[in-house]
Amino acid sequence: MRPLEAAFWAATLLPFVVTPSYLALASQVAITALFALSLDLILGYAGIVSLGHAAYFGFGAYTAGLLSKHDFGEPLTGLVLAAIAAGLLGYVTSHLIVRFRHLALIMLTLGLGLLLAEAANSASWLTGGADGLQGVKTAPLLGFKFDLYGRTAYAYSLAVLFLLFLVARRIIHSPFGLALRGIRENARRMPAIGAPSLAHLRKVYTIAAVMAGAAGALLTQTTSTVSLEVLSFGRSADVLVILILGGAGRLYGGIVGAIIYMVARDQFASMNPQYWYFWVGLLLVAVVLFLPNGVLGGLSALYKRPE
Amino acid sequence: MLSTKDLNKRFGSLVVAQDIALELPAGVRYALIGPNGAGKTTLINLLTGLLAPDAGQIFLAGREISALRPEARVRAGLARTFQINTLFAGLTPLESVAIAVLEREGHAHNWWRALPAFGAAIEEAHGLLAKLRLAPVEHRATRELAYGQQRLLEIALALATRPRVLLLDEPAAGVPQDESAELFAAIAGLSQELTVLFIEHDMNVVFRFAERIIVMVGGRILAEGTPGEVARDARVREVYLGKHARAA
Repeated sequence: MRPLEAAFWAATLLPFVVTPSYLALASQVAITALFALSLDLILGYAGIVSLGHAAYFGFGAYTAGLLSKHDFGEPLTGLVLAAIAAGLLGYVTSHLIVRFRHLALIMLTLGLGLLLAEAANSASWLTGGADGLQGVKTAPLLGFKFDLYGRTAYAYSLAVLFLLFLVARRIIHSPFGLALRGIRENARRMPAIGAPSLAHLRKVYTIAAVMAGAAGALLTQTTSTVSLEVLSFGRSADVLVILILGGAGRLYGGIVGAIIYMVARDQFASMNPQYWYFWVGLLLVAVVLFLPNGVLGGLSALYKRPE
Repeated sequence: MLSTKDLNKRFGSLVVAQDIALELPAGVRYALIGPNGAGKTTLINLLTGLLAPDAGQIFLAGREISALRPEARVRAGLARTFQINTLFAGLTPLESVAIAVLEREGHAHNWWRALPAFGAAIEEAHGLLAKLRLAPVEHRATRELAYGQQRLLEIALALATRPRVLLLDEPAAGVPQDESAELFAAIAGLSQELTVLFIEHDMNVVFRFAERIIVMVGGRILAEGTPGEVARDARVREVYLGKHARAA
């Protein structure tokens, strides 16, 4: 790990001492960063544009919620099971997803996301419908209770983010990661050099679904609530915005994007809760105009200039 | 090495391949010529599986490959290049060729070990690029390469799959004439065991580098033979070669 990376991860511990009253927000940021990281694997590296990625986040969130509702509240087991469940959903849907590109792909992911959200809404006997899932109780994590200040929540979310980040980092530096970049750069050429592109895409899509499911489970466990919002189109759109804001295909793009977006939303919303999306819109236009490769893309261009 | 039986393909009422029967022995350099719209690229697309034939069979080294997906045909030993550069613009030549080598060696599914652990594959990719004199630019983004270098990279990518049969779709398309001789010299220098079929319009190049020539017109094979035989063929002269044959 390079010094800059080590410094970054050391800095993620700062909220414990510098802003202890914002640990709940910090935990949300870490969860959103993990969600954005999972989208980066499919969008930034493999070129799969998705407007329905919340399906896997929400599936993980509800799985973790249902487990703890039925007295199976041990968080680590819940996290693993929720991630596996989301991965299974990802694997099944990947067979459809990887056959399409461009506009058709956007419509398809959007459709699958809406489908799942509506299914969860109508299956209120299972999910609680619009009222949300009632009775979610997360057991202490290795003996640590989930406290009011969010200390355990942030430590837990951060640890999971860090571990899965290391996994994502290995993936993108592996031969498989290189093949994914090949698919992104030229999907037509890949079969002509003997690469089974669709199998590669199914695999990365499943891995991304596992990570998104883990992020969803973290949200359930750290907040002890699950609402339909976890499956909403808004969540899919937000994570896409976050990734583009930070810089897609850059590993840290999702994390940086999540920090900026979540902190900005917290600040703007406390100033003017109604018009929050006005500022999001402004931010998006500004990023597209001035930083087409996201914040990290802009920074790396600045860094390279003196050469 | 590569053969076809009664290959047929039509787009609506347009016949693009009719009763194509090929028999390419190992190690022979073939040129595939014919006027525009004769079905030359379509034939390559049929052979490599980008297009499904309406009827007919394709065999590679005695094994039927008609039902195989494009990537499986490549693994069986049938590689191609594209008339219009079909490269990985954002990757370096070394990365691009490494993808093909890693795929061939069965490492591409490995998502756990870092690339430096696959030194032999990277070294092979480097060696292949060096042979085509692309080593000096192997760390540049492909989109920054000179056009002629990109044409060479097209060939390098195909060679990285270790083909038994190599199909080159106008390898020198868009390359200035003086550079195209250099490009074909590189092709001529390929392993003698490799069967090569190239589409080319420049008759000087065709007669210089091809051992045998296939002439296609209107989706049919009109003639097949040595350059001398094809040049003497009256039908070929009439429909296609006329003015070139006089010049030669």
